[in-house]
Amino acid sequence: MDPTTLSLIQLGIVFFGLGFLGRLAGRIGMSPVPLYLLGGLAFGEGGFVNLAGIDGFAHIASEIGVILLLLMLGLEYTAKELVTGLRQSWMAGLMDLVLNMLPGVAVALILGWGPVGALVMAGITYISSSGIIAKVLGDLGRLGNRETPVILSILVIEDLAMAAYLPILTAVLSGVSFAGGLSAVGISLAVITAVLVVALRFGHVVSKALDSPDRESFLLKLLGAALLVAGLASALQVSAAVGAFLLGIAISGGTAQSATRVLEPLRDLFAAMFFVLFGLNTDPRTIPPVLGFALALAVVSATTKVFTGWWAAKRQGIAVLGRARAGAALIARGEFSIVIAGLAVASGAVPAQLAALATTYVLIMAVFGPIATRYVEPVVRFFQGKKPQAQEPELSF
Amino acid sequence: MNIEETPLPGIGVRRELRLATGRRVGVVTHRDGQTELILSRIDDPDACAASIPLSAEEAAALGSLLGSAQLIAQLAAEQENVSGVTTHQILIRKGSRYAGRPLGDTQMRTRTGTSIVALLRDDDVIGSPRPDEVLHAGDLAVIVGTDEGLAQAALILQSRL
Repeated sequence: MDPTTLSLIQLGIVFFGLGFLGRLAGRIGMSPVPLYLLGGLAFGEGGFVNLAGIDGFAHIASEIGVILLLLMLGLEYTAKELVTGLRQSWMAGLMDLVLNMLPGVAVALILGWGPVGALVMAGITYISSSGIIAKVLGDLGRLGNRETPVILSILVIEDLAMAAYLPILTAVLSGVSFAGGLSAVGISLAVITAVLVVALRFGHVVSKALDSPDRESFLLKLLGAALLVAGLASALQVSAAVGAFLLGIAISGGTAQSATRVLEPLRDLFAAMFFVLFGLNTDPRTIPPVLGFALALAVVSATTKVFTGWWAAKRQGIAVLGRARAGAALIARGEFSIVIAGLAVASGAVPAQLAALATTYVLIMAVFGPIATRYVEPVVRFFQGKKPQAQEPELSF
Repeated sequence: MNIEETPLPGIGVRRELRLATGRRVGVVTHRDGQTELILSRIDDPDACAASIPLSAEEAAALGSLLGSAQLIAQLAAEQENVSGVTTHQILIRKGSRYAGRPLGDTQMRTRTGTSIVALLRDDDVIGSPRPDEVLHAGDLAVIVGTDEGLAQAALILQSRL
């Protein structure tokens, strides 16, 4: 068969299948990310069928997927929110960073993956999924809860930390020297600071330059700017994803809202491709040997997240139940852990087993996180020896 | 009244009141303009007993319901120390003689000595309506006057064609 024809057929099958998986995820009220990973695992190397025809497209599509994921993450926040979040919760943010990077570092060292593997695993266990968490909090009607701003400000700091972490990671993965890595970090911190200042002072100028009443030209300008900035950032060794994230922050107000609307379907398409490709490139036969480690890592890193949320909520004078809710809400890991693992595996600087461990770990955490968030209250009440409240049931419409 | 404002990064903003009972009641406004009414739980004030998404119209309607109660309470309070003067609300029923006619046609002040100080229509409060304001079936007329005058005013507004 003509290779193009084969690619089209395979791509069609993949997207069609993903559509069903996405619908299924919506039905059972969970993030589609774990299902996309499973879908990718089922095919590809060591799976049922090897889809070799879509490699070329999948590769560039997944690059764009990461750029769009980070761009839209940046669009969610205004520079002001980032600055106030950082000012108010840096202690909790630091606690979160230290406590949750440690389990990843430990498991990498135990498995003998060296300092590079440790840096990668640290990021994977550190970063909670802001996508999953914000959605679960909304679905459970907890946006009015007093602990919710605590959770959200920790997520803000994590996402900001990603902007510092990713350039370090890309520098280390590309095997530059210590001095080279240091200069990459220096450049990226300078760029982040500059962008925050520009976004605070001149965010409206950037927004105005991109804004357009015409949907088509708006989309093209937006996507063009995102790819351009991502490419330039990548050339500066700052990581393409971070460039996109910073562009997202600089876009503000009404432009940010309409940008979210026009980019969402594109992000869904390309990001899905990213998760599938990650699954495709992971050999399912490598999972059983790391399953035990993944489970242990899940238990330990769930505990450290619960502790982080508990501690941060306690500092804000929130009662025991609220502390438990804050802790449980932070457990979910998802898209960004896979982004980190994806960057690492693509560079070839880490063993293939890392992909298997990351996949298994994210599968567990993306499913367990929302469940823990939902059921933490009855569990805490049970331990407090209180009956579930009867006179005033929890209402959520 | 102190309104507490809390930014919810990435989601929107929460504005709430602390009630005398210790409960928090307020509104979460999402970035995309969606509104959610929230009410904290009595046994666990950190959590919410209800969080109810409202459409823009629903939120406005609820707001005017709450607001008009306050308007009437204010009027009543203002007249409390003027003996013999009261505030009354009278519904303009479907089929009323004056539904669809301007307020001036009722000649309310001349005939009864009372004043129509506000009209509550759908979600709006029309304060100090002018004589050329057209009455609609379903309007609630807020009237101030003596008990006697109000009784007459009710008869006039509810008279049929």
